[in-house]
Amino acid sequence: MLNFILRRIGYGVLILMGVNLATFILFFAVNTPDDMARLNLGGKRVTQEAIEKWKSERGYDKPMYLNVQRQGAAQVTDTIFWDRSVSLFALDFGRADSESAGDIGHEVGARMWVSLQMALPLFVLQVIASTAFALLLVMFRNSRLDFWGVVSCVLMLSISSLFYIIVGQYLFSRVLKLAPISGYAPGLDAVKFLLLPVGLSLIARLGGEARLYRAMFLEEIGKDYVRTARAKGLSEQVVMFRHVLRNALIPIITSAGSYLPYVFLGSLVFESFFGLPGLGAYVIEAIGKQDFAIVRTMVFVGSLLYIATYALIDIAYTWVDPRVRLS
Amino acid sequence: MPKFVLLWTDAAIWLLLVALLAYAVGVLRKPELAAKWGRVFRNAPALASSIILLLCLGVTLLDSVHFRPLLPPAPGVKDAAPAYDSRTRSLLDVMLADLLAARESTYSRPLAYVGFTKESLLVEGEVRRVAPRLAFGGSHLSAPEQQWLGDVAVRASQGLFIGFLLGAATAAFLVAAVARSRRQALRDTWRAIRGQQGQVPWHVAVVTLLVLGLVVGPATMLSGPYHLLGTDLTGNDVLYQSLKSIRTAFVIGSLATVATLPLAVVLGLLAGYFKGWVDELIQYLYTVLSSVPNVLLIAACVLMVQVFLDKNPDLFETGAERSDLKLFLLCAVLGLTGWAGLCRLLRAETLKLRELDYVQAAQAFGIGHTRIMARHIFPNVAHLMLIVTVLEFSSLILYEAVLSYVGVGVDPSMNSFGGMINLARNEMSRDPVVWWSFASAFVFMVTLVLAANLFADGVRDAFDPRARVFRSQRLLRLRKKAG
Repeated sequence: MLNFILRRIGYGVLILMGVNLATFILFFAVNTPDDMARLNLGGKRVTQEAIEKWKSERGYDKPMYLNVQRQGAAQVTDTIFWDRSVSLFALDFGRADSESAGDIGHEVGARMWVSLQMALPLFVLQVIASTAFALLLVMFRNSRLDFWGVVSCVLMLSISSLFYIIVGQYLFSRVLKLAPISGYAPGLDAVKFLLLPVGLSLIARLGGEARLYRAMFLEEIGKDYVRTARAKGLSEQVVMFRHVLRNALIPIITSAGSYLPYVFLGSLVFESFFGLPGLGAYVIEAIGKQDFAIVRTMVFVGSLLYIATYALIDIAYTWVDPRVRLS
Repeated sequence: MPKFVLLWTDAAIWLLLVALLAYAVGVLRKPELAAKWGRVFRNAPALASSIILLLCLGVTLLDSVHFRPLLPPAPGVKDAAPAYDSRTRSLLDVMLADLLAARESTYSRPLAYVGFTKESLLVEGEVRRVAPRLAFGGSHLSAPEQQWLGDVAVRASQGLFIGFLLGAATAAFLVAAVARSRRQALRDTWRAIRGQQGQVPWHVAVVTLLVLGLVVGPATMLSGPYHLLGTDLTGNDVLYQSLKSIRTAFVIGSLATVATLPLAVVLGLLAGYFKGWVDELIQYLYTVLSSVPNVLLIAACVLMVQVFLDKNPDLFETGAERSDLKLFLLCAVLGLTGWAGLCRLLRAETLKLRELDYVQAAQAFGIGHTRIMARHIFPNVAHLMLIVTVLEFSSLILYEAVLSYVGVGVDPSMNSFGGMINLARNEMSRDPVVWWSFASAFVFMVTLVLAANLFADGVRDAFDPRARVFRSQRLLRLRKKAG
């Protein structure tokens, strides 16, 4: 088991290095540090000294990949690429590109909790609601309820999440005045700000998920052990809840698990629509301001979370399903 | 003679159409493929949505022939070099020239004859706050208070009548085509269709055509003298914007999915066929790719595309060319970042196939690796490719809206559903609410995406034997009861 975990972590680090290299090339090949400085200091009439100062403040005043002026190992280590990579892996994200935005690490640390507050309840409720709805359709399969349930699922998943947000915000905040339109307050007050985005996000994803889970349940129902259970004379309830539900939960957890990285990253669209100061809104702001340092950091943080959650899912798998061999 | 402009996405769309037609011819020649496609159209929702998708494809194609009109020579200048309009027009723009020209000053409600906002105007010698008459919408009415309702009703019913005739004519054409292919008398065919006999539910197609006619007819009749869906902040017709947005959605849906195919297919087959270090390397590549959250990766790439375009302003002559190149590059970015899922599927399928006897027989005959992959493995994984492509189409249309909101979607100067929704966000918080832009984007987008989804389900049911179990059996039973 320990061997497996270690190998999983090792592979994760390897992938993270790949992500780091890819994003670095992507960002710095098109956009040299000089361009970035000019963009942030504003316009074309920027003196060379100002550019040099901006670069040296952020550690961009070195060669990109190879420093030919230095000797030995310093040829590789005294470069932008090395500095940036090492500091990213040490989770020291440095300063944002623009003058007004401050330390990225501090922001990420503070905003992560807001995202978590929204996304963790959402994640749990999502799994419960979608599973319950899918189970309901499967219990009444081939009936009118099932038919119209599937029809409404297809309809719901054909509607962009933006429509749910705009209509929901209009209906619940402006017409019915049940929830604040946007904003955030720390502590217990957060609940009333989070209620609407969580609810709408739940509805927006219900159609797609419930249909997927329904298919998973139906696949499970067709298996031999279900027939055996029925042949034994077990009631439909016992078959569904004790046998089918438990087995179908394995693929369901895996597919729901792919959303786990977003539990920490937050939903970009929902956060920015409802003015929640989470990581998702941070990314949108950074894209609007063309702040590449923040976007680069968030790509790294995002993939770090993704790799970590997948490693966790794999480990959880071996624990939930004894058939899965550690290979 | 206008100057024809071949934009990047135009070229890609027409190439895709040629490929699609070639594929259709290929399907007709191969009985087993033809049988599978026949099964797609036996699915009633898929048949109905394919008609709607064809209509949208038609709009897209009309909107993909671009040219710059020749300007009349300046007075007094002889033998000057021909000058072209700096705005690029498409065939669709020419057809909708009325809508394009009828530009109001600002918002107006659907079918309105007065503006949405009140202005201080001189009425009968005194200054009053009134809503001014629109420059184009309902300008043919002399006493609009009394005439408006009657005029709209007359035009709408005329439209319904014409639309019904048009729909019926198209349906009759379809029935005639079916009769011809069955070598049957027209009346017998019609009786069979009405009695809902036969495997393909042609009666659904007939109903779809009639409904389409009943929608399009009044819309055309009313959009001439009025703004059927109102106007937006700058006074542009919303119907025109919605129609133009169809092309953007279609281009993103089709080009971006097609762009994922080369990498996904080549790498997936290579990884599954060769195994060993090739497999390890390709697996590493796609794990790296899929470990970055998709939106972030796309945002990063699109930001770089933007920087690239800003640095090279001499790559394009007009604004339309710039925004089009941006759309094309967005599709390329979506393609380059989205191949991991399909690649993983194809790799797993190839791993299974390469152990089968027929592949081993081919190897024993000494056939080269490339040939085995192309001739023996690829045709047997092609159905996966097809299913994923159709399924992706609708999700990419939805994705475009989100990307446009985030600020990494299509150019703001280009009409798109995402752009319309983005503006609608402010309009919905006005008082009174400006709802028509949002509602139009909603109706058009849901129709398109729903049609794409239903069609994709049909394709999946027909091509993936595993998927058929999960369909609701109710429709089938109902049909059996009726039949």
